[in-house]
Amino acid sequence: MPEPLLEVSDLNVRFNTDDGVVRAVDGVSFSIMQGETLGVVGESGSGKSVSSLAVMGLVNRKQADVTGSIIFKGQDLLTLPNDEMRDIRGKQISMIFQDPMTSLHPYYRVGDQISEAILVHEDISKKEASKRAVEMLGLVNIPRPDQRARQYPHEFSGGMRQRAMIAMALSLNPDLLIADEPTTALDVTVQAQILGLIDKLKDEFDTAVMIITHDLGVVAEYCDNIQVMYAGRIIESGDTDDIYYQPHHPYTWGLLQSIPRLDEHEDRLTPIKGLPPSLINLPDGCSFAPRCPYRFERCDAEDPPLVPTDGHHADACFLTLEKKEAVVREELAVNQ
Amino acid sequence: MLLVLFVISVLTFLIFVKLPPGDPARRLAGRSGTPEVIELIQERLGLNDKLSTQYARFAKGLIPWPGLWLNEEVYFSYANNVPVKEEIAERLPVTAVLMAGGVVLWLLIGIPTGVISAVKRRSAADRGAMLFALMGVSLPSFWLGMVMIYVFFYQLGWAPPTGIEIGASLPESILQGKFLLAWITLAVTSAAFYARMMRGNMLEVLSEDYTRTARAKGLSERRVIYKHGLRAALTPVVTMLGLDIAFLLGGAVITEQVFALPGLGEYALQSLGDTNTPGVMAVTIIGALFIVIANLVVDVVYAALDPRVRYS
Repeated sequence: MPEPLLEVSDLNVRFNTDDGVVRAVDGVSFSIMQGETLGVVGESGSGKSVSSLAVMGLVNRKQADVTGSIIFKGQDLLTLPNDEMRDIRGKQISMIFQDPMTSLHPYYRVGDQISEAILVHEDISKKEASKRAVEMLGLVNIPRPDQRARQYPHEFSGGMRQRAMIAMALSLNPDLLIADEPTTALDVTVQAQILGLIDKLKDEFDTAVMIITHDLGVVAEYCDNIQVMYAGRIIESGDTDDIYYQPHHPYTWGLLQSIPRLDEHEDRLTPIKGLPPSLINLPDGCSFAPRCPYRFERCDAEDPPLVPTDGHHADACFLTLEKKEAVVREELAVNQ
Repeated sequence: MLLVLFVISVLTFLIFVKLPPGDPARRLAGRSGTPEVIELIQERLGLNDKLSTQYARFAKGLIPWPGLWLNEEVYFSYANNVPVKEEIAERLPVTAVLMAGGVVLWLLIGIPTGVISAVKRRSAADRGAMLFALMGVSLPSFWLGMVMIYVFFYQLGWAPPTGIEIGASLPESILQGKFLLAWITLAVTSAAFYARMMRGNMLEVLSEDYTRTARAKGLSERRVIYKHGLRAALTPVVTMLGLDIAFLLGGAVITEQVFALPGLGEYALQSLGDTNTPGVMAVTIIGALFIVIANLVVDVVYAALDPRVRYS
């Protein structure tokens, strides 16, 4: 079996606050292969963004306690000194963010912001870097890229800014691109374009992609594998078909039921009742138990571990496999 | 801008020329002045003309044009029998040096202190700087000025005696350190205020999304702070500076009194006491002109810093 590009094991991120320790990421393990697209799904506060920032080395180590290991191409990123981490950041792992309106510096020209990234990592002239920046803007389908490169972010639309961010992130041909809710702040019509663009460029640049989203519908088309996070943990992971057609965790069921579907005539979507637990005082048993319609005694007493059912597909729920399959068949009525 | 200056000149004229009860002619004539003498002086100074004529005479001298600007027929000091222009020429540089030094000093103290405080947040340096800032904004400048004179001149003897002769060589006075204490006094309050403001701006900017982007690009922390952070954090400071420089003219009046510096503020006070209306008019208009220009400069600098406010 080939080595994974990124292997995260038992990652913990804890913030010490005045109210207590916030366990933002709690024992998360996953891996990404070269060229793979991994979707990380969960609602706000589930730890998906924090785990990606930990991979980037952008979690402030003074404020947070980060333990575990993040092996990227054989190196543990958590033990790397700052300056070596800086060389990896932007060059080998790069990131695009949720809100393109605020992610670009308002005072600098878009082209300059892209070439700045190139110049930090490569020993080439300013002129060459600007030329590369213009090329990259063309590659992300920005019309008249040479003129656009000389403009400021406020002269760009939201979709164009996100394209510029993608251009910046891919300008150094990274091995891994992390996209933290790349389409959440965009119009629905632009969302599909941006995701399509990421998917196309991922093949061109042979880049692995980690897409973080709260919308299962967004990732269905583009991801090879999906992991679902809840309260700082992974509660189900598997390939895209597993998650869509054979979901095993009640939380995943809830997420799937809250996506609008075109093939059914339902008047209302079914939301998941309740709110995620506070990450300071997690319940003793399963952290989803308080909101779970299928809970039984064991759920309140014990914390279910993430157990594989068949090779790749794993979930953290005490329900029997038969019961889970029955629920999927009868209640979700998923077309096989 | 011109409208602002026009309105100010009218108001100044009404407030200082028409409202005061004292008659400058009576004052000039002295204690033994006969009614005839007083009338003669009134005639000569044009105090009996129509209000609009009088204003027009004053206003003509406010047009910054050679021959018109503070022309000697009108702008002739009632008190000292010299042209106002000459008196201003002697005093303006003193105020200019005082203010320029004060501003430079407070920016040099305030901005770096604020930046360091923000970058090393919650460290001993941060807490110390913020304590200094709290003290700085709480000290009234006239009190601080006198305490400094007491400590550094009377007790320690480090500073030269205060006071500059009218018309004394300015570069020489600067080299003698005559301005040092005045600069510090003028700068402390604002430096403290700017340190606090800079710290707040910087903390805000460093938590912005684009700062995270800069870090994600792999830029060094230094570049993140000084290139991406500082520029964005400075824009509000520029706006504040424009407003503050205007207020500074008022602060300079007090500082000039405490340190016996013959500047414009001191001249304005003296002229008010002497019912020297042309002097008061001249200083007020110079002050207004100065504020208007300062605002213009702020707009230009702001546009240079922030592309979003540029005209396309």
